[in-house]
Amino acid sequence: MIEHPLSRRRFIVETARAASGVALLGVGLGLYTKESKSLPVYALRPPGVENEDDFLAACIRCGLCVRDCPYDILKLSKLAEPVALGTPYFEARKIPCEMCEDIPCVKACPTGALNKDLRNIDDARMGLAVIVDQETCLNYQGLRCDVCHRVCPLLNEAITLEPRHNQRSGKHTLFIPVVHSDKCTGCGKCERACVLEEAAIKILPLDLAKGELGRHYRLGWEEKEKAGKSLVTPDVEHKYNLPEGLKYEHEGKGLLKDSH
Amino acid sequence: MAANLPEQAGKEAILVKGWWRANKWLLLRRFSQLSILLLFLSGPLLGEGYWIAKGNLTSSLTFEILPLTDPYILLQSFFAGHEIISQALIGAVIVTVFYFLVGGRVFCSWVCPVNIITDTADGLRRKYKIKGGARFSRDLRYWILLMTFVLAFVTGSMAWEFINPVSILHRSIIFGFGYAGFVILAIFIFDLLLSRQGWCGHLCPVGAFYSLLGRYSFIRVSAKNRESCDDCMDCFMVCPEKQVIKLALKGAGKGIGPVIVGKNCTNCGRCIDVCAKDVFKFSSRFNNDMLLNESKKEEVAP
Repeated sequence: MIEHPLSRRRFIVETARAASGVALLGVGLGLYTKESKSLPVYALRPPGVENEDDFLAACIRCGLCVRDCPYDILKLSKLAEPVALGTPYFEARKIPCEMCEDIPCVKACPTGALNKDLRNIDDARMGLAVIVDQETCLNYQGLRCDVCHRVCPLLNEAITLEPRHNQRSGKHTLFIPVVHSDKCTGCGKCERACVLEEAAIKILPLDLAKGELGRHYRLGWEEKEKAGKSLVTPDVEHKYNLPEGLKYEHEGKGLLKDSH
Repeated sequence: MAANLPEQAGKEAILVKGWWRANKWLLLRRFSQLSILLLFLSGPLLGEGYWIAKGNLTSSLTFEILPLTDPYILLQSFFAGHEIISQALIGAVIVTVFYFLVGGRVFCSWVCPVNIITDTADGLRRKYKIKGGARFSRDLRYWILLMTFVLAFVTGSMAWEFINPVSILHRSIIFGFGYAGFVILAIFIFDLLLSRQGWCGHLCPVGAFYSLLGRYSFIRVSAKNRESCDDCMDCFMVCPEKQVIKLALKGAGKGIGPVIVGKNCTNCGRCIDVCAKDVFKFSSRFNNDMLLNESKKEEVAP
């Protein structure tokens, strides 16, 4: 081989220069990546994504899910869009997921970024529908809009209508749409269909839509049922100073006349 | 004979061999690059949802059966913490074996659409005699390659894919352009005015990855007839990695064989095109015996 003209000193300096130049670029790109990992709330991932961080490690931006979506719902993020570049998403208000039974987008994914363990589309959790505005939702005003309830693919399961007294008219019933998180897949049909100018029901990311009890927290009545008895010392029966012939019943009947 | 002027590179070959033969490999490469892109657009072009290839260059499915995946992006995914046991792994193995045999940088010169842009910039540099610009080591790309893996590991995300012009360009052509034009323009201006072959020949970690992948590739360009070289320098003018030519072309006196074994050679064949003396031809890396040509001659004419 030919003698290398580089002296050791020059070699070290040039290596250090290249390494530090690239390291600077790396720091910049790393920080940019951290920032770019945030997903705007309106952007929904296809079915089979459990966690955005895992998804960004796995999705290779090939667009095979986009190609196999029979309704052309998914799109790949382009430059200057606030979704991680090249990754698939959809917007419920524009065009919601049709919840295909055979889930072609998940089948198409070559890396498992869309998890193949998802075999029943009803188990998908793309987000959670939330009535974000009770002040404009027509059903809350006492009208029978019901559109979100009726378009829901899991009719009467993911969204139910719960009757409540209409205090304004005093004689009618409000049919309040209630979303059930154990059923809602976040497909977005309700958000798409909401008749308002700006939807009163929106699909939010699960972590934004859901609260979570403190891990130490227990609900007394549930624990009582599990144990089959009260877990604290039962109350001593209260003694009332009542007129003769009257007694008080703790289990709910209240004030009773002695019957004898 | 003295060296030709850079802006004259290839002219002599056209005079001697004719325009078609003097551009044969260039035309074949452009045909390859454009038809690969068209395959990915077959759905909308052919209509009725008939796809030849679906997806894009990072991962694709051809005729609904053949999976192909870019091993570089899958490695990034691995470093980002994703389990890569999947269909993509099969595709990556196929691609790896292919480029291992034909030459890693064949991706760059025969498939990658960025190559068309940087070749154009280089051609214009010669034509308008644009010289100089920033100079940096051709090894910088290997540092950047290392950085992309480190960043994937540290951020848990394929950081390079947020700015990778290679994937941005082909994805944009296939799935819609958006602002991708600016990235392409930036690469073009960078190569035209700031640094000769700055992107593909110095910085691009995708090319660096494929250089390493094709380190021992079977198909190589050989300066088989190097004794007829007249030092016109045309091959050096057009070669995107001109450092790879010298040893093979001029190494006879030092006992170096005629095959270009440098890992950065892209097997583009442009040196074959522009050589009026037909010094170069595609060959295998094993035809690199110093004495091979001589011994053959002896056999033919004892």
